[in-house]
Amino acid sequence: MKQYEITEEPLDITKYHSYTINGSQGAVCMFTGHVREWTKGTRTVHLDYEAYKPMAEKKLAEIGEEISERWPGVITTIAHRTGKLEISDIAVVIVTSAPHRADSYRANEYAIERIKEVVPIWKKEIWEDGEEWIGDPRQYHSSLEENE
Amino acid sequence: MMNVLLFAGLKEKIGNNRVTLPVEETITAGELRNLIYEKFPQVAGDVFQIACNESFVKETHLISTADEVALVPPVSGG
Repeated sequence: MKQYEITEEPLDITKYHSYTINGSQGAVCMFTGHVREWTKGTRTVHLDYEAYKPMAEKKLAEIGEEISERWPGVITTIAHRTGKLEISDIAVVIVTSAPHRADSYRANEYAIERIKEVVPIWKKEIWEDGEEWIGDPRQYHSSLEENE
Repeated sequence: MMNVLLFAGLKEKIGNNRVTLPVEETITAGELRNLIYEKFPQVAGDVFQIACNESFVKETHLISTADEVALVPPVSGG
C-alpha cells in the first residue's frame, strides 16, 4: 500500500488502519465512504469513479501535509478507489491517528471536506434511466481561490 | 504542439482522453481555455480548472508545450 493511494482494487481498510498505529498514537479515527443506492429519491445502479491518478495522489499527500500543520502529531492515510463500484462498496477510506481523540476526529473530517474540494476524482452516477458526471461548480471556485 | 489531458464529462463530450492543440512553445492558461472553447464548441462555457504539471494554475500562468497539461472539471470524489 501507499500512504496516499488511488487504486482500482477493493480497499482493504485494515491495512490503512494499521499503518497509522504506533506507540505515540492513542486514538485512531477511520472514515469509510460507501456507494449509496438512494439519493434524493433517485436510485443509483452503480457508480463509476475516474481519477487523474498522479495529481490525485499528490493532492491527497498535500491534504496530509495540511493536517500535519494544523494538528501536529496526526498520522494520515487516504485511499480512493476508481472504476466501477457497486452499492455499499467502499469508495474512500481516511484514517487519522493522534495521541488523543479530539485531533483524530477533527483531522478526519477536514480530510473528506478537502477531498471534495481539490482532489481530481470524478463520480458518474448510473441510474436505471440515465447517467451523469457529478460535479459542483462551487467547489471549483473554492479551489481556484487557493491559487490567488 | 501541446497535448492536453481530459477527464470525466469533458472527455466524453470531446470524445477522447487527450487532445493535441497547435501551440508553439507557450500559451497562457486563459488563452488555452479560449482555444479549447473555440476548437470544441460542444464544451464552450463548461467549467474547468487548468492543471499544469499536476498543480492548479491561474489564468495568467504561462504553460509550455513541454508541460503536462490537464483540464480538471469540478471534482466529485469521496
